Amino acid sequence: MIDFTFTEEQELFRKAAREFAETKIAPHVPTMEATNRGWDEVVKELAEAEMFAVTIPEEYGGLGMGYVARLIALEEIARVSVATAMMYQVFGLGIEAFIKFGTEEQKKKFLPKFASGERLATVAVTEPSGGSDPKGIRTTYKKVNGVYVLNGRKCFITNSHIADAQVVLAVDEDNPDAFTTFIVEKGVEGFKPTHEEHKVGMRGCNTGEIEMKNVTVAAENVIGGEGKGLKVAMAAIGDVGRGGMVGCALGLQQACLDASIKFSNERILYGKPISNLQAIQFKIAEMKIDLEAGRLLGYRAAAMQDKGERSSNEFAVAKYYTTEAAQKAAKMAVDIHGGYGCMEEFPVTRYLRDSFVLGPSAGTSDIMMVIISRWALS
Amino acid sequence: MLNIVVCVKPVPDPSIADKLKIDPITKSLPRLDIPLVINPLDSHALEAAIQLKKEYGAYITVLCMGPPSAGNIVRECLALGADKGILLTDPAFAGADAFATAYTLAKTIEKNGPVDVVFCGMASSDGATEWVGPEIATFLNLPVVTMVREIVKDQGDEWIVKADYEHGYRKVKLKLPAVITVTRNINQPKSLSFSGILKARGKEITEWNREKLGIPAERVGLRGSPTYVTEITHLESRRKVEILEGSLREKIERLVQILSDAGVA
Repeated sequence: MIDFTFTEEQELFRKAAREFAETKIAPHVPTMEATNRGWDEVVKELAEAEMFAVTIPEEYGGLGMGYVARLIALEEIARVSVATAMMYQVFGLGIEAFIKFGTEEQKKKFLPKFASGERLATVAVTEPSGGSDPKGIRTTYKKVNGVYVLNGRKCFITNSHIADAQVVLAVDEDNPDAFTTFIVEKGVEGFKPTHEEHKVGMRGCNTGEIEMKNVTVAAENVIGGEGKGLKVAMAAIGDVGRGGMVGCALGLQQACLDASIKFSNERILYGKPISNLQAIQFKIAEMKIDLEAGRLLGYRAAAMQDKGERSSNEFAVAKYYTTEAAQKAAKMAVDIHGGYGCMEEFPVTRYLRDSFVLGPSAGTSDIMMVIISRWALS
Repeated sequence: MLNIVVCVKPVPDPSIADKLKIDPITKSLPRLDIPLVINPLDSHALEAAIQLKKEYGAYITVLCMGPPSAGNIVRECLALGADKGILLTDPAFAGADAFATAYTLAKTIEKNGPVDVVFCGMASSDGATEWVGPEIATFLNLPVVTMVREIVKDQGDEWIVKADYEHGYRKVKLKLPAVITVTRNINQPKSLSFSGILKARGKEITEWNREKLGIPAERVGLRGSPTYVTEITHLESRRKVEILEGSLREKIERLVQILSDAGVA
């Protein structure tokens, strides 16, 4: 028998996450939109609400609540601020590398501080040459006298300027087939965040470039073992990264639906609310269908992840479906709002802009299709 | 250590108040198909208990009467900081008025063991009679102070509280054990925390029915309710706008006239 219901605890968790998003995150959204800043404030709120601790095991100071809980939190945060959800999801990516591949020493050193929000993690894989083909990266490392020297540049890195520990993928300078991931800590010589991106949407979500010039990394900061970097990067992005984007997309879809229902019940045309018109009803129905289907895909994959099963293919399907649906929902929400849908006083304009950033993050829809077709054909 | 009981009522979610339908026969709100939340003033009652627990240590028992689905309300109270939950659920309890509710709650408190303070919200957001707290006190033969906005002295067994009174407040000295009903001014309830939700895993929720309480069927639910709702009407609140024109003096005179007609000045 398949049980599609959330547990009482998960429902409570959703309630807590919703209350948090509505009371603690929503007040920051106007500043984030107006200034493309505000991340320090929302990160502080996330830390105080124990959000960073959700997936971290209890023995390392976390809550050990798992990935369904993470998806619930992401969905509720994204319903209010996709920008905040995006940062939160990528902090989770960084954390995941430590949970899955960290040595006991690395876990003890970093995870309790990640759980409390005292330190922040991120993953830096993408380079100007792309992110979905990690073998094409140009950031190099060279082993010199027992330490590693890194050189290169990463771009489109979420939390680039605020993370304290970045999990950086690099290729061996002397061996193009050897990839290793390193923990690069803020403040080390030669490492610096450089350009800050101004994205079309998700304003206030920190995204930028990092530069490494002869950065020395101790052997104890290799994560996942020398030469096993691709596995670390792909595991973090494959399950947790795609899963995170599903949460962002579901939250945005719900926000589009909520805004559309509210507006269509209030906007009077021909003497009646426009929600009485079939053209509007069908758009709302389509949004609802996509949201329900997306939730089934996403939470199923997260439930598999909680059981320790491989879920990257299932998340690829969910990521494709929900991010495409979010773009569709945002367009329909703007359409339902008519002229008001072009005015920034209405949140649907933000939803539309945010929806376009969902697609490329953690792999474009086309890349998802490649992964899904490989899965189907294998 | 204080033994505190907090009475919590599951009420229809106020955020969907416009979707509620009243049963035309019983004049009550069917609670089976609508999301239930903690009665807002009961959240303040629970927070008062939690603050005492943090300050001096206490054991908090939450009592909740409602359908089985109200179990999640009890679980939420445990996540917020209560130690034990008792869910009173039985089809026989359905349709209870304030009197039958208070009787059932009082009998539960008696059965549960010694108590120092019973906290209730001043009123529920749906029934709003403000009777349950005082009636519990009557059934338990305890003193009661209603509409408490501040606990001034909370040590020993003689407390001093500030309670709302018309346009001001009164300071009341009361001897424990006692029943206290609170207003929203007493505190700002804390939000649910994730670690609180996890801690609730190990806490006990007991379900009791009428038989377990050992009380006769004619004292509970609709049968045990001496009061009933005869009629319910919707109140429409209409706003009227009048733009005052003329000189400043004319406008002031007109404004004074309007306020005077409205009985304000």
